Amino acid sequence: MELLAVFLPLIAFAIAGLFGKKIGDKGCQFITCAAVIIAALSSISLFFNVAYGGTAYTTVLADWINSGDFHIKWALRIDTLSVVMMCVINIVSACVHVYSIGYMSHDEAKGRFMAYLSLFTFAMLMLVTSDNLLQLFFGWEGVGLASYLLIGFWNHKESANAAAQKAFIVNRVGDFGLALGMMAIFVIFGTIQFDAIFSQVPEMAETYFTFLGGEYHALTIIGLLLFIGAIGKSAQLGLHTWLPDAMEGPTPVSALIHAATMVTAGVFLVARMSPLYEFAPDALMVVTVVGATTAFVAATIGLTQFDIKRVIAYSTMSQLGYMFFALGVSAYGAAMFHLMTHAFFKALLFLGAGSVIHAMSDEQDMRKMGGIWKKIPITYGLMWVGSLALAGIPPFAGYFSKDIVLEAAWADGTWFGHYAYYMGIAAAFMTAFYSWRLLLMTFHGKPRASEKVMSHVHESPTVMLGPLVVLAAGALFAGMVFYQGFVGSAGHHGDDHGTAHVEAEHHGEEEHGDTHEPVVIHDEGAEVIHAAEDGEEEHHAEDFVLSKETFWNQSIQVLAANDTVEAAHNVPKWVKYLPLVMGLLGISLAYVFYMFRPNAPSVTVTSFKELHTLFYNKWFFDEIYHHVFTKTAFLLGLFFWKFGDKKIIDGYGPDGSASVSNKVANLMSRFQSGYVYQYAFMMMIAVIGLISWFVFKGSSAGGAL
Amino acid sequence: MTDFNLIPLLPEIFLSLVGMGLLIVGVSQGNVSTRVICWSSAAGFVITGLILLGIGWETQTVLNGMFVMDKFAGFMKLLILTGLVAAVGLSVRYIIQEGMERFEYPILIIFAGIGMMIMVSANNLLTLYMGLELQSLSLYVLAAFHRNSMRSSEAGIKYFVLGALSSGMLLFGMSLIYGFTGSVDFTTIGATVNNLSAIPFGLTFGLVFVLAGLAFKISAVPFHMWTPDVYQGAPTSVTALFAIVPKIAAFGLLMRLLFEPFMGMSEQWVQIIYFIAVASMVVGAFAAIAQGNIKRLLAYSSIGNMGYALMGLVAGTAEGAGAVVLYLTIYMIMTAGVFAVVLSMRRQGMAVYKIKDLSGLSQTNPGLAYPLAILMFSMSGIPPAAGFFGKLVVFNAAVASGYYILAVIGVLSSVVAAFYYLRVVKVMFFDEPADAFDGGLPFARRAILFISVLFVLGFVIKPNIFVSSSFDAASVLFQG
Repeated sequence: MELLAVFLPLIAFAIAGLFGKKIGDKGCQFITCAAVIIAALSSISLFFNVAYGGTAYTTVLADWINSGDFHIKWALRIDTLSVVMMCVINIVSACVHVYSIGYMSHDEAKGRFMAYLSLFTFAMLMLVTSDNLLQLFFGWEGVGLASYLLIGFWNHKESANAAAQKAFIVNRVGDFGLALGMMAIFVIFGTIQFDAIFSQVPEMAETYFTFLGGEYHALTIIGLLLFIGAIGKSAQLGLHTWLPDAMEGPTPVSALIHAATMVTAGVFLVARMSPLYEFAPDALMVVTVVGATTAFVAATIGLTQFDIKRVIAYSTMSQLGYMFFALGVSAYGAAMFHLMTHAFFKALLFLGAGSVIHAMSDEQDMRKMGGIWKKIPITYGLMWVGSLALAGIPPFAGYFSKDIVLEAAWADGTWFGHYAYYMGIAAAFMTAFYSWRLLLMTFHGKPRASEKVMSHVHESPTVMLGPLVVLAAGALFAGMVFYQGFVGSAGHHGDDHGTAHVEAEHHGEEEHGDTHEPVVIHDEGAEVIHAAEDGEEEHHAEDFVLSKETFWNQSIQVLAANDTVEAAHNVPKWVKYLPLVMGLLGISLAYVFYMFRPNAPSVTVTSFKELHTLFYNKWFFDEIYHHVFTKTAFLLGLFFWKFGDKKIIDGYGPDGSASVSNKVANLMSRFQSGYVYQYAFMMMIAVIGLISWFVFKGSSAGGAL
Repeated sequence: MTDFNLIPLLPEIFLSLVGMGLLIVGVSQGNVSTRVICWSSAAGFVITGLILLGIGWETQTVLNGMFVMDKFAGFMKLLILTGLVAAVGLSVRYIIQEGMERFEYPILIIFAGIGMMIMVSANNLLTLYMGLELQSLSLYVLAAFHRNSMRSSEAGIKYFVLGALSSGMLLFGMSLIYGFTGSVDFTTIGATVNNLSAIPFGLTFGLVFVLAGLAFKISAVPFHMWTPDVYQGAPTSVTALFAIVPKIAAFGLLMRLLFEPFMGMSEQWVQIIYFIAVASMVVGAFAAIAQGNIKRLLAYSSIGNMGYALMGLVAGTAEGAGAVVLYLTIYMIMTAGVFAVVLSMRRQGMAVYKIKDLSGLSQTNPGLAYPLAILMFSMSGIPPAAGFFGKLVVFNAAVASGYYILAVIGVLSSVVAAFYYLRVVKVMFFDEPADAFDGGLPFARRAILFISVLFVLGFVIKPNIFVSSSFDAASVLFQG
């Protein structure tokens, strides 16, 4: 089953990639879509077996590297965490594959596009099912490659090429951290296989690295290094600049890679390494602060952008920030929960935006839209669903996951937990605001597009709307249905703090929601808590106790004292309701600004000119990086190229030695005159030379003559 | 005359009889019998080899210490005989195609072979000289064998004149050695040298002259000048012979000379060999770059390869000697394969020799191009081909004795050398195809090419078969 789920996309990629010409565009589309849909169904079945059936296992495929103490196998680790990811990936990917048939219908290279999508899907699946860090890294780089190929898919566009390179290069910085983290883990633990690492974590909790005379807590260093990898891949503040640019890629790519799956790899990584992070509280603190700040900053930028895809991109970044601060406060289950719901509604929003762009003849600027809601009512309705979910309005999925994230942050009780909570609240307000700004600018008001464009506005074909409906179902129900599993408490009575755990659940699939199961209790007082596992359940079986402990079944581990998800169920009422209130406020304000008082935005912009400039220019990250890194690097590069490389290395190295070799060769062949007497002379000279050498040496050494 | 035991001499005696018998056949039957004589001589070499395997290889000297038979001599003779079979096999079709189908050809090879076998068994300066001259005189004639070709005659003359000069040096060196040690017998010389409190200059001079004479035979720099001209001018089948066999004999002789009688003077000869080795490697690597003729290129290649082999001598240890033997074995087999291809470079019945002529061979004749590419990779020392291991053991031996600089020079020059080997590959695979070569690879050539490639690729699987026997053979030199 897991083999089907993981390798079908690879096979589809191989067929579409190698024989794309032979089987034609139709063939490619059929094969890739069929493969990914089957993979998605397999993952769903796996999900029920593993998450609800409590049967985690590892499938070993082959030996990979055996070198000294270093043993690595190709293996698929199937536990709740990985099946949750597999479901998200395969379902969203299936939707995107199908959607692409319609969206890319005018493109020349449909086969190539479908092949890349399948390649991406496979790489992402390798990443999440990995049994060790190296295989994870393989998947990690694989998705990076696929992302590069897809961002730059329209390679006739200068900006697409630049964006692809930017994404690739910025990610290298993060990958460097990840690689260092892996190496550090190998140094400390002597292995990079997950189980072997996790079982040693408690004993290693007090290990220190000595570096440049200082002593550093090893697990914290490892945690931070891995987090640098996560920052890069998940576009957190600092290494986020590639994500908005990545919107140069076709919209299905943005939905699949840059909203639902690849960018969540960082979240997955931290969740996967939860047993280690639990012993590195300082690293978690950094994760929280970075995540919270990202959530806020990205939301502020989102307020001011006009490109419809960029608004959603910043929104993605902001939501990823939520996930990270949830991780940072040990609410791994909540983070995964939000990851899952977010995958649905964000993919929905992106594909919806794609549908709009498609309708508007490839226009992406919201200032040139407006007044089209009657012409594309289905897209309009679906965008509403997505926006409601994003803004966290009940009963949409985002409400459940965002709330539990914020509550967990508050429940953490530390200064950074509170910081995250307030940042999150502010971001929630802005999220609601810019979501409705997007909706209102795009669909309402007077049409601002040209007559010609307006006359072409049309609803997208079924092949595009179908996937949207599937995703909308996820955005609607995934929150309710899986709440109990992903984050449900095993029944909290009063002071049981012992263990709770998070569990999240996810998986929305398109089938209509299954019911969720009732919660049950769990034992208290255990030291390390794990996520709970869930009883098995099929759709309506009701008698177990589903809670985060049973659901996660140890694939996520939380120390009892850190169990913020459990604590989140007991936070004050105002903490619970504040996000919703802020969301509603944001929506209302958007209506005021963009419906009832159309001049309000410009007034606001003028009165907060500096702030607007800051936000509009994305806090000047790109400019600062350009001046600090790019320019310096460019100058350095120029120097090393012109002087270091061309003059010194080439001059004395390859070019120099090559030309010298040639000269020497010619000189030597000139000795080869062909005259016997010269050859004989040469021999005599040589003998005389050798004898002279001995005479000279012998006499200077006082030898006997 | 108590030790009048001819058993150790049986192979040489048998081969001499074969040679003389075939001579009579040739004289009576004329040139039409050339082909028969060729194959008979090849069979003669094989039978000689079997006889060689039949007699004991334990160390014994006969003829009043003039002649020694031991494992080293046995192994080297086996190599020589193998090389000779290959050389004859490569020649048959070629001499017919080139219209120099005369019965003396294989018979000269037989006599050269006898000379070479005597060389590696020599235990006396006079035996040494006799073997060497028997070999050389046969080879001079062979070089000029293509009488209608100016170049061939020129090559023969050059080789002869310079060879005579080197023989003169060798004799002069021997007389000095005799003068200072009072003997021409290796055992006595060795004992005398070991008992000397200081090495007299005269003896050193003698050694220098002897080494100069021998360096000429192995075409080591700076006594190499004849090599490119003779390789180019001589008929290609003779060039193949030159490249494959005499080097082994001369090396055998050189090793016995240095490691047995003159071991006590190793301080002196190491300096000479060191210099010659470095010069050979460097010249072999650089001068080949400028060559457009594949035979000249192979001449420089053999010069360079002799440099690497000499490096093993410099080490002065049993490991070094073993490394040299292994290196020569591998070199011989690779070279035989390469010449099998070079001999097949013919267009419209004319032999061609330019590297350019190989252009696009991978398309016009992949059956030649792929084996040649493999051999070139091996020659340049790229693992896992056999050539890599040959270089590896030699460098290892040098490093183990502390000759780091020598090893580094060796590695660097093999980098340069890789350029021209790989250029051949590049020309064959990436250049615009030239006209195809004439088809039809004779069986012998095909077999030699196949065995050579098989050896080059298969060596890595069971390297010990060759490594241990080579090292075993060489270790005898260090027992006395």
